[in-house]
Amino acid sequence: MVMDIRAESALVAEPLLEARALRFAAGGQTLIHGIDLGIEPGRRTIVMGANGSGKSLLLRLLHGLLPPSSGEVLWRGEAAGRAARRAQAMVFQRPVMLRRSVLANLTFALKVHGLAGRARTERAQEALEMARLTDLANHPARVLSGGEQQRLALARALVCEPELLFLDEPTSSLDPASTQMIEDLVNAAHARGVTIVMVTHDMGQARRMGDEVIFLHAGRVAERGPLDRVLGAPRSEAARAWVQGRLYTGDT
Amino acid sequence: MFGFGDIMAAALGLILTWDRDLSEIVLLSLRVTLTAVAVACLIGLPLGAVVGAFRFRGRGTVTVLLNALMGLPPVVVGLFVYLMLSNAGPLGVLGLLYTPTAMIIAQTILVTPIVAALTKQVVEDLHGEYAEQFSSFGLSARARVSALLWDARYSLLTVALAGFGRAVAEVGAVLIVGGNINHVTRVMTTTIALETSKGNLELALALGLLLLGLAVIVNAAVMTLRASAVRAAYA
Ligand SMILES: Nc1ncnc2c1ncn2[C@@H]1O[C@H](COP(=O)(O)OP(=O)(O)O)[C@@H](O)[C@H]1O
Ligand SMILES: [Mg+2]
Repeated sequence: MVMDIRAESALVAEPLLEARALRFAAGGQTLIHGIDLGIEPGRRTIVMGANGSGKSLLLRLLHGLLPPSSGEVLWRGEAAGRAARRAQAMVFQRPVMLRRSVLANLTFALKVHGLAGRARTERAQEALEMARLTDLANHPARVLSGGEQQRLALARALVCEPELLFLDEPTSSLDPASTQMIEDLVNAAHARGVTIVMVTHDMGQARRMGDEVIFLHAGRVAERGPLDRVLGAPRSEAARAWVQGRLYTGDT
Repeated sequence: MFGFGDIMAAALGLILTWDRDLSEIVLLSLRVTLTAVAVACLIGLPLGAVVGAFRFRGRGTVTVLLNALMGLPPVVVGLFVYLMLSNAGPLGVLGLLYTPTAMIIAQTILVTPIVAALTKQVVEDLHGEYAEQFSSFGLSARARVSALLWDARYSLLTVALAGFGRAVAEVGAVLIVGGNINHVTRVMTTTIALETSKGNLELALALGLLLLGLAVIVNAAVMTLRASAVRAAYA
């Protein structure tokens, strides 16, 4: 029996990213309660949960933007640091645009990754084309519309070819057309082998984009599993209430 | 006794004829102050950016110090530099007292805390917006500072102009360390002080008008910069 379990788990790929007993507390409150999870390479993981359940916080901890109060994050089995962050990328809910041109926002990211000048411009032009921003290349990034800014943020995240991409509600304030373009870009990246971890509130988007769901409630993983199963037959009360569109305020 | 109108007319006449003495004084003023501001920026921009962007022990103390030094009375700076550069002082051997270099040193000391403190504020605000993105990029500390300075370039130009405005109008420090020596260390403000006390009001007023004009130009430049930065969404 023990052997069987070993044999089965050996088939599962080594997690690319792993959280061990990840806990985050601030202001005397524990906001993330000892989360354990592994993100397997090539997967698309959707993080769901009510406002304030800790989705953004979890992403920040996993990406290494915040130090955990205890526990650890491993990248390819080793303690994650700046090298891990450089192998990953993150798109925030509100895109951070540098006070530079659209093109310069991309070349900046490439420069950070050590690309030489000529190669930088070429790669940036390709990325602009993919994000359909070529016509805006020389515009200041901050005059772009919300949808264009988010596309640029995504193009900037992808241009350095990350192994893992975090997205924190990237389309929450976008119209359907812009949302579609973002989803297409993310799916294209996934098809190239990029591992995706995305927070979304949108059930339809989760169904379109996810392989697996992590459902958070009050800083804990209430439920985790294949997308169809979790959204189809949720086991936890929190996820069931969510799927059914009920308000749920109780404990996990 | 002349009336104000006569003096004004004479002053304008002096400006319009623009003799060599006048141009010598104005050019020295500009040379001293522009050099001081350039050196102050060289020190103050990175210093302010580091204090604005990073948390470290003693950051609060440095901030308080910079803010306090921002309001340094020019005469106190002049006195300090005088003590350093006078024959009995530690740097007396350099023989810099009563030279334009001494004046540049004094104004640099005056302007550097202004540039650093204002830069700190500008960079701190910008870093609040950029910090997570920069961490996500995995940016080194050095790359962070230079990116912040570049992205704050328009605000920082106005910071430099603020420093220029303060230094060019200052009289106490340059008077003490420069000595207001004719054809050597005489600048606009010290000349105004001297000529007024001598009753040579035309020259004093002419220089006063030029100083005023400079202040107007600097402020107009600040406003134009700000407007064009806002238009380009680079502010
Ligand atoms: N850096 C932080 N320090 C302290 N509290 C935080 C921090 N970030 C988020 N929080 C708090 O943690 C809780 C979860 O926030 P968040 O992860 O943003 O929720 P969401 O699931 O809506 O993304 C909220 O109550 C929020 O106020
Ligand atoms: Mg959030």
